[in-house]
Amino acid sequence: MFDRFANPARFMRFSKIVLPWLAGITIICIAVGLYLGLFTAPADYQQGESVRIMYVHVPSAWMALFCYTNMAIAAGIGLIWKHPLADLAAKSSAPAGACFTFLALLTGSLWGKPMWGAWWVWDARLTSMLVLFFLYLGYIALNNAFDDPTRGSKASSVLVLVGFVNVPIIKFSVDWWNTLHQPASVFKAAGPAVDTSMLIPLMLMAVGFTTYFLWIVMLRMRGEIIGGKIRAIRLRQVHG
Amino acid sequence: MTRFMHIVRRDLYLALRQGMDSAMVVMFFVLAVVLFPFGVGPEANILARIASGVIWVAALLASMLSLERLFQTDFEDGSLELLSLAPMTLEVIVLAKVTTHWLTTGLPLIAAAPLLAVLMNMNIDGFGTLILALAIGTPTLSLLGSVGAALILGSRRGGVLLSLLILPLYIPLLIFGVSAVDSAISGFAVRPQLMIMGGFLVATLPLCPWAASAALRQALE
Repeated sequence: MFDRFANPARFMRFSKIVLPWLAGITIICIAVGLYLGLFTAPADYQQGESVRIMYVHVPSAWMALFCYTNMAIAAGIGLIWKHPLADLAAKSSAPAGACFTFLALLTGSLWGKPMWGAWWVWDARLTSMLVLFFLYLGYIALNNAFDDPTRGSKASSVLVLVGFVNVPIIKFSVDWWNTLHQPASVFKAAGPAVDTSMLIPLMLMAVGFTTYFLWIVMLRMRGEIIGGKIRAIRLRQVHG
Repeated sequence: MTRFMHIVRRDLYLALRQGMDSAMVVMFFVLAVVLFPFGVGPEANILARIASGVIWVAALLASMLSLERLFQTDFEDGSLELLSLAPMTLEVIVLAKVTTHWLTTGLPLIAAAPLLAVLMNMNIDGFGTLILALAIGTPTLSLLGSVGAALILGSRRGGVLLSLLILPLYIPLLIFGVSAVDSAISGFAVRPQLMIMGGFLVATLPLCPWAASAALRQALE
């Protein structure tokens, strides 16, 4: 299966078809999700209107973990099968993942001030999320630290895999420790403990964020491939 | 095993002959801790309260200080390439380097820690646990650090980069290290925290040399 997508030319053709669809789904889902979340969905009986921050906060936190898992898989494929597109995928996912993590931390902080009375508390989930943010930054820094880009992508792939230990810690931090942060309420064995009127906008936002991520990553990968071609042409002109 | 000992002995000789590396690390450790009474003021109870955290953070930073040179000098003069051709796996070489790093930085840090605990007015009940926790924790620091040191070989701005890569991974160890000392001072059981730190050590002992040698192979390609 990987061989089929290993071909950059095939990827370029494939992504050209998929990109507009991803863009469309992203815009529709986020627009409808935001409208439902901000205007239609009821206010929480305890948290009042500030519960609406959740519609951005929760999907971005999911995406932060999803991006990192994605990067770890891509990095693993890149290291094992020396797949050029996998390295590019990992590299292109990192800025998006860092932004989602930052967004999750920022919205969480905005929500925490009225609810907990503090912008920041040092509980297990927040701290492990902050570590995730630093791991993203470390990945980006290491990727750019070498004159030889392949060496940079190899080294940073190892780093992503080492840092992956943090992902289960974040996921289960609310179960393992008695934290201030709420435990999981959507993905539970007994079914979601969230009302449908809140669940639908939340899910729409989650789908929108995911397609947005795929859209951005594909766009960046296309940019990288085209950039590589331009570099090759320039080099040929210099040498020829 | 004899080859392992050979590398350890060679690196120890180099560390002792080339000079002051491990003395510098201890000096940095002491100075970093001594800055705190100037920063937060010399009140005895405040210092006693933050002593364990300050000593642990300073130990992390001090142990990181010499990590950059773990593979760098051998990489630059080509001996790392020769070592990688020796009839043993790269993991054993990494493990030998880590052992030397611990002997030249971790061990002096442990020796200096009680002195600093006295300076920071730490409660006497915490001393034993502090030493024990550092004894379990500092090898883990060296092991985790070896991955970072291998990754940055041949990069620009290696030192700053190393801290960005390694410090986030040090955080769990810091949490449990400090919490062990604090529970010893308040009279709670310290066994759980020490067990978890032991678990970290046991987990990093096989995994970190493996990851570090994967990174080294790429650097030597």
